[in-house]
Amino acid sequence: MIEAVGLSKRYGKTLAVDNLSFTVRPGRVTGFLGPNGAGKSTTMRMILGLDAPSGGDVRLDGKKYRELHQPLRTVGALLDAKWVHPNRSARAHLRWLAKSNKLPAKRVDDVLEQVGLTDVANRRAGGFSLGMSQRLGIAAALLGDPEVLLFDEPVNGLDPEGILWIRRFMHRLADEGRTVFVSSHLLSEMALTAQELVVIGRGKLISQCTTEEFVSQATESTVLVRSPQLALLRSAIGQQGATVRDEGESLVVSGMEIADIGELAAAKGIPLHELSPQRGSLEEAFIQLTGDSVEYHAAVTTDALPADLLPAGK
Amino acid sequence: MTLLAVERIKLFTTRSPLWCALAAVGVVVGFAALIAGVDTDQAPSIATTQFGVNFGLMIVMVMAALAITTEYRFGTIKATFQAIPNRSSTLVAKATVVALFAGLIGEVVAFGSVAIAKLIKSNASLGIDTAYEWRAVAGVGLVYALSAVIAMAVGTLIRHSAGAVSLLLIYTLLVESLVQLIPNVGVDIQKWMPFNVANKFLTGDPDPTNRFLDGPPPSNATLSPWWALAYFAAFAVVMLSVALFTANKRDA
Repeated sequence: MIEAVGLSKRYGKTLAVDNLSFTVRPGRVTGFLGPNGAGKSTTMRMILGLDAPSGGDVRLDGKKYRELHQPLRTVGALLDAKWVHPNRSARAHLRWLAKSNKLPAKRVDDVLEQVGLTDVANRRAGGFSLGMSQRLGIAAALLGDPEVLLFDEPVNGLDPEGILWIRRFMHRLADEGRTVFVSSHLLSEMALTAQELVVIGRGKLISQCTTEEFVSQATESTVLVRSPQLALLRSAIGQQGATVRDEGESLVVSGMEIADIGELAAAKGIPLHELSPQRGSLEEAFIQLTGDSVEYHAAVTTDALPADLLPAGK
Repeated sequence: MTLLAVERIKLFTTRSPLWCALAAVGVVVGFAALIAGVDTDQAPSIATTQFGVNFGLMIVMVMAALAITTEYRFGTIKATFQAIPNRSSTLVAKATVVALFAGLIGEVVAFGSVAIAKLIKSNASLGIDTAYEWRAVAGVGLVYALSAVIAMAVGTLIRHSAGAVSLLLIYTLLVESLVQLIPNVGVDIQKWMPFNVANKFLTGDPDPTNRFLDGPPPSNATLSPWWALAYFAAFAVVMLSVALFTANKRDA
């Protein structure tokens, strides 16, 4: 369980995290969603006691991070897979971490096995691919068999296989009853990974709800209709109180069921060339919701780009 | 003890500390061999065998500074503070391990230098008998250890390898010797500069008649040798305290 109350972080004049309060519960994967620069990494660093909050506090099972005795046994975290000395072997890296929290040396081999790095354990970590580094980071997070796990953008830059592996892994951890908190700037990824969402923009909380709620709330469904008698159809639908928008040779209807539109057209004798449900994309919805809170707008309109093409980063 | 073990694993699972140690041994012992071998007029003395000690000191300080700046460079300092939230005890443990290693290097280079000189000039009288001779040889480890603590403190404060190393080298090689050029007060200031004072511990001799004057230049510090060492140790403790205070206040 992670509880943040009125958490704030100020860097000079910018307020990176602004009076943020949220709760992360055990037994499920909670996504921490926000555009780049929204304050996700800063919040995670404050949870781990690396950065001191300017205001408010964050507790893990009621304790501040710095009060934890042997913290790796309570909280495991992967904030940056590159936080490894490139000339140290994967095993040596885990060995000093294990030693620091008096964990048995056997745990090192256990977690290496768990993430599938046993064969390369004695190779220098600097030569690892991003996917391997990410696995090493996860191994480090699992070392103390912790109840709470934090991952910052774990799928950033991974290939599809790696993404799938991490997604399954997190579900397994949550199924074991652990608290799993994962940040991402990709809603489509979170929709598949997380059951619960904490959404922030410009350091402020936008919403905390289940992923399902957020997605249905955020994606408005519309119906696309094409017909040779467009004008007639438009007025007929307009009379029903639904909103109609012209889009080239077709109409986009919102606020009316697809079946009702079909029946209305049949009753009026209007031929239809197309009648199809349109589901707003998650990316559009996300940009709509966080649009005001994106810190650096691209010069071109971002809604023309799929979210995967948006600049990645911390 | 756990924290010492952690820092020991960290120091010896990368290769650069060992390379630094080898380089220090090579330079200092090599210098002693050179002097013993080339100078045919005069038999080597304990003082002349220790000529290279200051070059080795530079290498040891670079090693100590890198031990912490590489942690900042590669982000492992965050992993460290995450695993051990008590930053002071972590950094004290690191300073201890680095100092012990530096001290060991110091003893190896000092006694190694005497040994190689004896090997080259077997007829030279290189017995370590007087208090001065003991300090000049066995004392090297103490000075190396304390210097390593200072270098680590500077590395913690500056956090960048290049910045910390250049500051340390410029300070020890230039600032302490050039400060005497300041009119009127320069020499008085120099007498209290920490590395100059540390040098007094190694080269100062209460009984100059027993000394060959061809060793490394003696220090002009006014403290007696053992007070000089205490002064240098106090300086190291102050530097480390400032570094700990800063590391605790700062975001990792």
